[in-house]
Amino acid sequence: MAMSVGAAGAALADKANDTLSIAFTKELENVDSFFNSSREGVVMQRAVWDGLIYRDPETNEYKGNLATSWEWIDDKTLEFKLREGVKFHDGSDFNADDVVATVNFVAKEENGVKTQRNVNWMEAAEKIDDYTVRITTKDVFPAAIEFLSGPVSMYPADYYAEVGPSGMGLKPVGTGPYKVTEVIPGQHFVLEKNENYHDSPKGQPTVPNIDIRTIPDVNTQLAELFSGSLDLIWQVPADQAEKMAEMGDRFTVLNESTMRVGYLSMDAAGRSSMDPNPFTDVRVRQAVNHAIDRQALVDNLLKGKSKVVSTACYPSQFGCSQDVTNYDYDPEKAKALLAEAGYEDGFSTEFYAYRDREYAEAISSYLNAVGIQTDFKLLQYSALRELNMKGEVPIQFSTWGSYSINDASAMVSQFFKKGSLDDAQDDQTKEWLDVADSSTDPDKRLEFYTKALQRIADEAYWAPLFSYNTNYVMTKEVQYTPTADEVLRFTDMTWN
Amino acid sequence: MLPFILKRLGLALLVAITVSFISFSLLFLSGDPAAALAGETASGEDIESLRRLYGFDRPMLVQYGDWLWQALQGNFGESYYFKLPVASLIADRLSVTMTLGVCGITFALLTAVPLGVVAAIRPNSIIDRIALFVSVAGQAMPSFWFGLILIVLFGIQLGWLPPSGASTWRHFIMPTVVLGYYAMPAIMRLTRAGMLEVLNSDYIRTARAKGAGEGRVMFKHALRNAIIPVVSLAAVQMGFMLGGSIVVESVFALHGAGYLAWESIARNDLPTVQALILIFSMFYIIFTFLADVLNAWLDPRMRSS
Repeated sequence: MAMSVGAAGAALADKANDTLSIAFTKELENVDSFFNSSREGVVMQRAVWDGLIYRDPETNEYKGNLATSWEWIDDKTLEFKLREGVKFHDGSDFNADDVVATVNFVAKEENGVKTQRNVNWMEAAEKIDDYTVRITTKDVFPAAIEFLSGPVSMYPADYYAEVGPSGMGLKPVGTGPYKVTEVIPGQHFVLEKNENYHDSPKGQPTVPNIDIRTIPDVNTQLAELFSGSLDLIWQVPADQAEKMAEMGDRFTVLNESTMRVGYLSMDAAGRSSMDPNPFTDVRVRQAVNHAIDRQALVDNLLKGKSKVVSTACYPSQFGCSQDVTNYDYDPEKAKALLAEAGYEDGFSTEFYAYRDREYAEAISSYLNAVGIQTDFKLLQYSALRELNMKGEVPIQFSTWGSYSINDASAMVSQFFKKGSLDDAQDDQTKEWLDVADSSTDPDKRLEFYTKALQRIADEAYWAPLFSYNTNYVMTKEVQYTPTADEVLRFTDMTWN
Repeated sequence: MLPFILKRLGLALLVAITVSFISFSLLFLSGDPAAALAGETASGEDIESLRRLYGFDRPMLVQYGDWLWQALQGNFGESYYFKLPVASLIADRLSVTMTLGVCGITFALLTAVPLGVVAAIRPNSIIDRIALFVSVAGQAMPSFWFGLILIVLFGIQLGWLPPSGASTWRHFIMPTVVLGYYAMPAIMRLTRAGMLEVLNSDYIRTARAKGAGEGRVMFKHALRNAIIPVVSLAAVQMGFMLGGSIVVESVFALHGAGYLAWESIARNDLPTVQALILIFSMFYIIFTFLADVLNAWLDPRMRSS
């Protein structure tokens, strides 16, 4: 019987044959980083391609990568001096033509880049000379540097024009520390160290080969780890990670926070068909905030490096002021606020979520305890998103990861600028966010983000809850220190 | 016979198209395909631009008609998720699922039929009780749990078999056992019940009275008649194995068509889901048809009806 089926067998993973094997849980739709939106895609992107700028995950300092320097020529024009002598994996030279072609391709909406927000702030790029290039933005966009250090990678102009996103997904070519030698779509990727990698702030790769297999079931991943066919797995649930940590002699278990934040959003704008709609009353929203013991959720369910979050953004993000109203856990106060709002006997509401059933159920029971009876509905993400866009969700537990962009605009501006996902629809908040999003003066940005975040907290439009964390489990042969942005960096992995 | 076959196949196609229309409607009811495509990190703008790009803003019937017209010409389109031709994507995955399905049903038949026959020949004996226990255990054990137990035992403790993947024949042993064991109890019980009924019938007594050997009585006279419903059941089970081996494929990281179907539904990857539904329903229909032909060969009375 022919067994030449499209899945990879367990490669012999270990230090002995210099191949580090890793599992992905999700099938990656396309290795082309502009045409996927998953965490796994970000991991591949950082390994295979480079951006003009690099943000140090420890210090958050911006350093030159494919660019050696950059400056704002005016409010909407960034000029870059490019690094010379950099080569793509196919041997072609990197220069201004590649930047111009990449930016001009991805910035056009009709080319269908999956996460438009990552690219649609760019107007165009123009070549000044072979190693000088200018990128213009559509509007004033102070977060440009952050985006250019994150999701915007540079592609080889001629090759990309020839093969397009599908071809790039099957045979990726970048300047990054690892080149891709094999792709079985969605299932298996083999990477090899780029021997000619330039002097990049990412650091030089040391492990020669990386073998990535997609294994959807975390229990199977653990089995492969035990059997020696995997060296490192991540996104391991807390209870499994705890068990693995007990076997301290065999595995290293590390926990690191991520930028994902869990929160409750309430229909303050009264868009839903709920009648009467208690969530239009600020006292009810404040009651919801007081009803939940965030610390208990962190301590008992999320564990690890998760923290209580009080803002509509992730604390490390620029502009994410922590100087906002905090709502302590006080069920009696919650009941009193509900009574004050005319709901002495509580009320019933639909309560939606799309992931993490156990967290949502715990939140649900906290709400029940103060008299808010919940009809809990766990939907597919797309179904909940659709309902939310129609304004049909009275209260939901949701999460946001900000694409690992360390700027408050990636979260608070996403949800509070009167778009279809904005449950508050508040003119004042939008006005302040507009100022913060379009100013190039960092102090002014900080001032207006703070104002907006304070208003969001005072009005209790959301009940921010906690940050997420990720568990990494690896064999004792692997040395790796994870970072808070949940990007696996192969260049930081070495053998013990 | 040829007009009969053609008529059956035409009917099969009609059933498949009906199934595909119902599934198409259900997919649209299950959530916004543009939001599913855009993924968790997408903004409202991202979703709207995808909606325009893929034509989700058109009426559903127009979208279905467009898909059907293309499908009838053999063009299943491009996967929204993988951006690859659906036909080649499914062809890759189907080989794994077919391999697993054929091995699974073979394993189920090779174990269930002999066990059912022996249990019927010796009712209430120790072998009958063992058969009953195996059958109850098979129905009670969830596939994912059984799969994990095998992985722990043979993949980790003993190290005899690779825990997951599909690159060698050894990778298929555990998934085959898990999938086959799921189908086995029903086949075994049906074989046992059929044999018990047949063994008490007049023509078996007649065969024995005429001095036929026990082997001839069992296999030529009894089993041939008792196996008829088993053939129909095996055909249905085979159809299930192709479409429903999601859990086994997930546990053993096999990346077959079943898992692809499951994931594609979650991702609202309409072209992939539609093509898979069409293929799976055709398989069901073809297996049922083949079972009818086989039964007609086994029982001449069926041919006239």
